[in-house]
Amino acid sequence: MSELQFLTWVRGPGLDLAIGIFLMGVLWRLFEIYSLGRKKDLAEPRSVAGASGMSTVFRRSIPPAGMLKNSPVTYVAGYVFHVGLAIIVFFFAPHIKFFQSLLGVSWPGFPSQLIDFVAVLTIIAMLVLLFDRITKPVKRYLSTFQDWFTWALTFLPVLTGWMAVQHLLLPYTTMLALHILTVELLLIFLPFTKLFHAFTVFGSRWYSGAVNGHKGVAV
Amino acid sequence: MRDKEGVLLAGLAEHGVSRRTFMKFCTTLASLMALPAASGVAMAEALATARRPSVIWLHFQECTGCTESITRSHSPTIEGLIFDLISLDYQETLMAAAGHQAEEALHKAMKDNEGKYLLIVEGSIAQGLNGAYSTVAGRSNLDTLKEVAKGAAAIVAVGSCASYGGIPKANPNPTSAASVSDIIKDKPIVNIPGCPPIPVVMTGVMAHFLTFGSLPELDKLGRPKAFYGETIHDRCYRRAFYDQGKFAKTFDDEGARNGWCLFELGCKGPVTYNACATTKWNGGTSWPVESGHGCLGCSEPDFWDAGSFYKALSMPANPLKVASGVAAVGAAVGVAVSLANRAKKGAAKAAHETTTLPDLEK
Repeated sequence: MSELQFLTWVRGPGLDLAIGIFLMGVLWRLFEIYSLGRKKDLAEPRSVAGASGMSTVFRRSIPPAGMLKNSPVTYVAGYVFHVGLAIIVFFFAPHIKFFQSLLGVSWPGFPSQLIDFVAVLTIIAMLVLLFDRITKPVKRYLSTFQDWFTWALTFLPVLTGWMAVQHLLLPYTTMLALHILTVELLLIFLPFTKLFHAFTVFGSRWYSGAVNGHKGVAV
Repeated sequence: MRDKEGVLLAGLAEHGVSRRTFMKFCTTLASLMALPAASGVAMAEALATARRPSVIWLHFQECTGCTESITRSHSPTIEGLIFDLISLDYQETLMAAAGHQAEEALHKAMKDNEGKYLLIVEGSIAQGLNGAYSTVAGRSNLDTLKEVAKGAAAIVAVGSCASYGGIPKANPNPTSAASVSDIIKDKPIVNIPGCPPIPVVMTGVMAHFLTFGSLPELDKLGRPKAFYGETIHDRCYRRAFYDQGKFAKTFDDEGARNGWCLFELGCKGPVTYNACATTKWNGGTSWPVESGHGCLGCSEPDFWDAGSFYKALSMPANPLKVASGVAAVGAAVGVAVSLANRAKKGAAKAAHETTTLPDLEK
């Protein structure tokens, strides 16, 4: 199998398979989670549950008082790599082209130098977080296999993508194929690991806020 | 026919090519192939006194585009003359002989130059039905290749068909087409892929063979590194627009008129190793990207099956087939799991026993 044949496989059957498993997994988990339902709470709500839910969705994006000082690495690096990922994934011209081919809509992208800069920041932030997770005893104690695994699943596409653009280590064709392959692995595992928070984070925040509001602890 | 023993420089003089022009040509070739400057002189000396080598050119499953490229587009230039001045003993398109005469020429050349002739192959080789899909003079290409390759000093696979199987090998490959290197394992083979290949690459390889008696340094796909060492994208004059994020969106928009990058229109330059961007075509006149069309990737294996020519590299190569079906399966599994969960909840509720005061006092 030559490099171009490898690339054609990951752009063809491989992508088909990965997107298939991704879609199947996402729909499966969403149906499963949202159909679980909750017992009807017969008590009269103490305050407006929905408003509390909405405010929690936003409030939890802001570190609680004192926490930023307490664990700055988690917050700062966490923010940097989440925002970085969003910029790279949704505003790099070739990526927009990919979404356009699947969804039919497109939007303007950022210059590749800016994307390159953000990619480097993202890579550094993720490495810092990994280092932090290894060196902080509590974090390390709390980490399971899934934490290390999902870190790698998220890190590899960024690294290979950046290396492909920078022509590092391997020929561009091979690196591009590896980049797409690692994205496919990410897609395959996303619905079945903690990475599924990409879909559930705001739903679960809203739910927590709404329940608290209902009980009279509106925030 | 010209005297076989005649040396090349005399032939060139006959064609009105001065020594100066010839030196210039050799130096250019040497620098194109990234050889040291002195190699140009060595090349000129070797070429000037070289005996015209016997070349046998076989046509298999092909369109003759490679022959067209090498002979016609450069016929007034020095490359064309060099080509004219090798002893091309068998070439179905160009030779005057036909029928049994032509076959005799082939066998005579093979016999007279046993172990010394250069074999050039154009086209892929049909392997299906013992090669019966493609025959010349009642013999399958497969048999002919094996027989002629036996006495060759080296083999040059010209074009993507001979190098990798090319279009005849494209899905579903009805003739079981194969490349030269799939069949011949015991001879030095150099691949000069392209659909068609660049003429100067062809003459460069031949000059190298004549000068040094060996084939140039090859990459792992058997291509001369000097010409296939870098991608079209890395040498493209439109590269700056790619870096700035300036892309033509259609073939007639403002971006296209401004000469912006053709990546979004499906250019395969980033994954194609060839020298088009530096040597250009038709005597340095232009090349596909310069004339406004993206690279097709014709010098890469299986370029024909690598998805649409007009889809960007980051797009799926083919329309996704299973996605909608699998989404339905996912939704169905989700519904099934949720029904099972509800049933479990219902069963738990039904099995629930109310605890009474006497129970606690037991």
